[in-house]
Amino acid sequence: MDDFYREFILDHYKNPHNFGELADATHRYHDTNPLCGDEITMFLKIGADDRVDDVRFSGTGCAISVASASILTDEVKGKTLDELKAIDRDHVLENLGITLTPARLKCALLSLKALKGSAWGLHEWPGEEAKSS
Amino acid sequence: MAVTAPQKTATPLDVERLRADFPILSRTVHGKALVYLDNAATSQKPRQVIDAMSAVYLEHNANIHRGVYEFSERTTALFEGAREKVATLINAPQTREVIFCRNATEGLNLIMHTWGREHIGAGDVIVTTVLEHHSNFVPWQQLAQQVGATLVVVDIDDDGRLRRDQFTAAMAKRPKLVALTHTSNGLGTITPAKALTAEAHAAGALVVIDGAQSVPHAAVDVRDLDCDFLAFSGHKMLAPPGSGVVWGRAAILEQMRPFLYGGDMISRVAVDLTTWNELPWKFEAGTSAYVDAIGLGAAVDYLQAVGMDKIHEHERALVGYALPKLLAVPGLTVFGPKTLEDRVGVISFDVAGIHPHDVAQIFDSEGICVRAGHHCNQPLMTRLGTAATTRASFYLYNTFAEIDALVGAIDTAKKLFKV
Repeated sequence: MDDFYREFILDHYKNPHNFGELADATHRYHDTNPLCGDEITMFLKIGADDRVDDVRFSGTGCAISVASASILTDEVKGKTLDELKAIDRDHVLENLGITLTPARLKCALLSLKALKGSAWGLHEWPGEEAKSS
Repeated sequence: MAVTAPQKTATPLDVERLRADFPILSRTVHGKALVYLDNAATSQKPRQVIDAMSAVYLEHNANIHRGVYEFSERTTALFEGAREKVATLINAPQTREVIFCRNATEGLNLIMHTWGREHIGAGDVIVTTVLEHHSNFVPWQQLAQQVGATLVVVDIDDDGRLRRDQFTAAMAKRPKLVALTHTSNGLGTITPAKALTAEAHAAGALVVIDGAQSVPHAAVDVRDLDCDFLAFSGHKMLAPPGSGVVWGRAAILEQMRPFLYGGDMISRVAVDLTTWNELPWKFEAGTSAYVDAIGLGAAVDYLQAVGMDKIHEHERALVGYALPKLLAVPGLTVFGPKTLEDRVGVISFDVAGIHPHDVAQIFDSEGICVRAGHHCNQPLMTRLGTAATTRASFYLYNTFAEIDALVGAIDTAKKLFKV
């Protein structure tokens, strides 16, 4: 377990970077993990050159989910929307550097899903429209 | 009875002897002895149930009801025998009132799709509670929305007990139906189902009781409760998944149209007309999960041999030992009743600074199985002001030592997270 809950993951969990809301966000996307009821909202402020001027995330989550969002949001500042859209799940899992069980993969990847949803300007994920009704 | 110091109250069960009947309980997980505390989700199975099911497959498997040969007749006799055992367990007035289905969820949906759709219309009122599992909440919410009825949701007090004043106020709205859990799967609260049923009947409502968490853990008597429907799942009471029961009063079931159409549920089919089979088969379309039902019959035999009252008393002893230990842990919050009154062996809690997923994962590394999440109880979680809890739930085979292991693992988690 010491291996799993590494110091840097616990640090990000206890003091997440970019945590909060962005009043002047140009893009935002809200999602939940239906397994546990955890929630995340991703806020992006995209500048004129299509680059991320600022980013925030809010919500509730476990250590894996919060650390993943904290690390991911640190990385995206200054990146273009196209660069955001190109981030893949393997990259997020490499950031965490631990082997996740299938149940925990959803925790680790929720922030990526929210980031991509906001980058694509979505309000709901394609194929999941029914869940908001 | 107030909870004070942890006491290992004498249990009426010879737990070590019972545990020997459950092969899975001697397994190890991550090199640690298995501590299975997720019984509200599903129970483990004794050898007697596994053997009863294996015997069907190994010795006389054949489809039930229509075969005019030895194997089919033997299997049919065991299947219908299981129905009688279930009827005895819940003290049903008639065996034909016991309908086999997949689980409590399917049983509740059966009631919603048949009685509900025939009797609930625009302007009608359905009363339910914030304690309900989604299985006894979403069907009524959806029915209400589809037909323009009103769903009234009775709240709990801060101890997780149902607000009787709100329930009484809801009865003044003359509901057609009351959908009530007998025991909360999220908090362990036992509702005063008998008194509430009487109140609902006085208001002219029918009463559907979700017995998924009560029938496995205590003696439940439908004549005493005087309810109109009771649904429960076999897999939470030592039987396999796929063996569920919905019980209803014969007079009501007779008037209801079928739920699913097809084979076995008919009396006669012509090109332009079909008449329905008698109870209970009118509601058992297609080949039933007969081996699972036979497993449920064996589980009922097992539970009755142990004694439902003794099981309840044992779980009460476990909660009486666990609650004060948990309440003494700094930063730990127990949701729901903090005394032994009107509760079963389900304890939901939060450890400050550690998300339930992380608690459960650390427990897993210690061989301890608990549930972390919303427990199909999202309206309740919203009421409690949390997204998720960690839930430990006990059964007849759990021990005081396993509760010590649980409390020890909380300490491990707190050390790891430095909280």
